[in-house]
Amino acid sequence: MSDADFQLKGSTLTVVVLEIHRYEPDSFSAQLQQKILKAPQFFANSPVLINIGKLTNTDLPIDFSLLIKQCRELGLQPVGFKGGAEEFAGAIAETGLASLPESSASIKAVALDIPEPTIQPETESQVEIKTIVQEKTVQRPSKVITRPVRSGQQVYAEGADLIVLSQVSEGAEVLADGNIHVYGALRGRALAGVYGDTEARIFCQQMDAELISVAGNFLLSESLDDSIRKQSAQAYLEGDTLKIIPL
Amino acid sequence: MAKIIVVTSGKGGVGKTTTSAAIGTGLAMQGHRTIIIDFDVGLRNLDLIMGCERRVVYDFVNVINGEATLGQATIKDKRTDNLHILAASQTRDKDALTQEGVQKVLNELSEDYDFIICDSPAGIEKGAQMALYFADEAIVVTNPEVSSVRDSDRILGILQSKSQRAEQGKDPIKEHLLITRYNPARVNEGEMLSVSDVEDILAIPLLGVIPESEAVLKASNQGTPVILDAQANAGQAYNDAVERLLGDEVEHRFLIAQKKGFFKRLLGATA
Repeated sequence: MSDADFQLKGSTLTVVVLEIHRYEPDSFSAQLQQKILKAPQFFANSPVLINIGKLTNTDLPIDFSLLIKQCRELGLQPVGFKGGAEEFAGAIAETGLASLPESSASIKAVALDIPEPTIQPETESQVEIKTIVQEKTVQRPSKVITRPVRSGQQVYAEGADLIVLSQVSEGAEVLADGNIHVYGALRGRALAGVYGDTEARIFCQQMDAELISVAGNFLLSESLDDSIRKQSAQAYLEGDTLKIIPL
Repeated sequence: MAKIIVVTSGKGGVGKTTTSAAIGTGLAMQGHRTIIIDFDVGLRNLDLIMGCERRVVYDFVNVINGEATLGQATIKDKRTDNLHILAASQTRDKDALTQEGVQKVLNELSEDYDFIICDSPAGIEKGAQMALYFADEAIVVTNPEVSSVRDSDRILGILQSKSQRAEQGKDPIKEHLLITRYNPARVNEGEMLSVSDVEDILAIPLLGVIPESEAVLKASNQGTPVILDAQANAGQAYNDAVERLLGDEVEHRFLIAQKKGFFKRLLGATA
């Protein structure tokens, strides 16, 4: 059930940012060519992010497709725009490239020192331009299971709460990154906060679990208190101790 | 269109074949055209329980492979009208069953019969999955003991996830619980799970409870489905189950221990 074909990941990569202060097609192209000729190998097929947040002559209509064409002719690969004002949104969308918001915290730019032609191209490694993508917890809708979770079955609510409207049989396993609710007997294994969320809880109408775990702290069936067995109960973490109390 | 009913359990030796024979015979006795198919390729038993082992010429695998027609392979039951048997191959293994082959045979049978009873092999492997894949309804045979109940739970999960109905997102397979070898006296002693314990764990509707009975073993050895033994509790209980399967409401019997009389206790009789 959890055999996904892919995994989404946050990643940091270095990319050249082309910060445009003024855009007049002819002089822009000439200046860019001059710059690139200083270190043609360094720029060959280099992806660039075009920052138009510091553009001063915004009153002019800007032909973005021409801008992209000029970059490509000089061997650059524009991957997107950054810091585009709202009036450019439509024009940027038409180019088909990505439009990144101007965010000061998440994108750190370091002034790019173009190596002098006398310097060996190996000094590329000194260039440090980082784009830091911040991962945020995204609230996903809870996973709702309406039929019994039978022995041998495993249900995982990734990044979400799990709600089972029936029972969880012995030999079945329910997992969630968030909370687990079982509106029936819980006889199998229940693991909440599997990604380490210590605030996650497990709620069930009839506590008879083989194993209860919150953020990796677990209790086995034999350690269940008799007063709680087959009662409606919840499990949560208090420090490192897993507490199970009646509801 | 025939209704395809799989008789399954997960665990072996709980009474799947006995139940297939009894329920199939019961349906035929009520006038429904019925065929029982043995899916236990390599360990064929149904023909013995039905008492037709000497009349098996062609089998299920022969039909799938196109070596025989259905007309050649189906065996007409001598005691009950409307009843046919399709035996499993004794010399092959479960790999001889292909999904396309099984589907072709079931489609063909669907036109001539009202009920197709698929007698599943034990386990959850290919043979069992093949028997349940095309089912409309399932009779889950369970003995009142923990390992049998857990295996039944497992097979219920497979019915929910690996059947054609589940894969195509159609209405789920209708599940029926049949508890066999039930002994109320041992339940009272706490040696056996009670009907309500089993119902509670499996959470599916109860089709019937077949009491533990010497008549079942006797019937198996004689090659007569136990449902034909109208004197035996087990035969009557199967009859009730068939009526419930057909939609009638019949009260459950044989759930309470009979007080043994003085002589019975002296003789130690159990049936």
